[in-house]
Amino acid sequence: MMAPLFKTGVFGEVGFVLAALLVGVAFGFFLERGGLANARKLTAQFYLTDFTVLRVMFTAIVVAALGLMWLALLGVLDLGLVYISPARIWPVVVGGSLVGLGFSVGGYCPGTSVPALVTGKLDAGAYMGGLLLGILLYGEVFNGLASFAATGDASSPLTLDRWLGLSPALVVFFLVLIALLTFWGGSKLEARFGGEEADS
Amino acid sequence: MSSKGAEQARIEPERYMNPYLAGVGLGLALLAAFVLVGRGLGASGAYTRLDAALVEVVAPEHAHSQSYWKRYTTRAKAPLDNFLVYQVLGMILGGMISGYAAGRARREIYKGPRISVRSRLLLAVGGGMMSGFGARLAGGCTSGHALTGGATLAVSGWVFMMCFFGAGFVGAALVRRQWR
Repeated sequence: MMAPLFKTGVFGEVGFVLAALLVGVAFGFFLERGGLANARKLTAQFYLTDFTVLRVMFTAIVVAALGLMWLALLGVLDLGLVYISPARIWPVVVGGSLVGLGFSVGGYCPGTSVPALVTGKLDAGAYMGGLLLGILLYGEVFNGLASFAATGDASSPLTLDRWLGLSPALVVFFLVLIALLTFWGGSKLEARFGGEEADS
Repeated sequence: MSSKGAEQARIEPERYMNPYLAGVGLGLALLAAFVLVGRGLGASGAYTRLDAALVEVVAPEHAHSQSYWKRYTTRAKAPLDNFLVYQVLGMILGGMISGYAAGRARREIYKGPRISVRSRLLLAVGGGMMSGFGARLAGGCTSGHALTGGATLAVSGWVFMMCFFGAGFVGAALVRRQWR
């Protein structure tokens, strides 16, 4: 067991900051490269004319999930030290819906607006201003929401394999299948609703 | 005619990378975060910390006593001394490298042909507010919940993903004029 390197003490605070910067550079780079800094391309997902968003996201999830599984099986990575979100389902249902609504209305999500703004997309700046206002509002009304926001078991992480009573490998296998089905179905739908637009 | 010539003389931006390749790149960045620091990627947390730092500057007493902001302002580390803040700073650099190298960095506003700039910007602010509020309630956004939670097989990540896309389709039907 070596990884996570920061948590096993392989590097310290300086390495932590450098690691954060480094993965951030790669994150911003591939979001922009893939077209996810373009609000028209992002929202085209919801009109079924361009499945780039789902292709990029599902590929990333599958690659990272397979990587985590294999590194854990090889004994290189201690999954117990990797942070996994607790299952606070109802706040996630309401909050996730609001983020999605804001995504198609505003054109971005919090992550994608970063590479968009720094490459000159002014609408991403407006969206970001809205984000800061929305979070400020949340912080100010938090006292009234605190009990709802804490709904669910926040003490321990809940994973699909534990919840379904299946092995993690089987869940990852199904995930890969679902991703492949989504890619196949996406291409069919694109062909029908007209793809290849907003390509720059 | 001359303006058309000038238009053509401008450097054509490159096409976007193959989405599966971009996805592999993104997935490896996510995996690197797990291996290096034991956590995934995020974004909304960085904005929250920026807000907390701003509240602390404007109203320090409020920032140190109010139940939400004090989570960020009364720790050993300053609100901006945080993984997600450094990661977003990295994103600024990464996004610029990719955008400038591809000739896509130019001042513009993405919108459909049937909506004014003013309306587009107002909707962007409104959408941002919904996303910001929602991300804090959910405890994360598309990066922290859908990508990171998705890869760690977190139930909350997959619940987030379904609600996010479901609501996205509803919102897109409501603001069709903005994009199509």
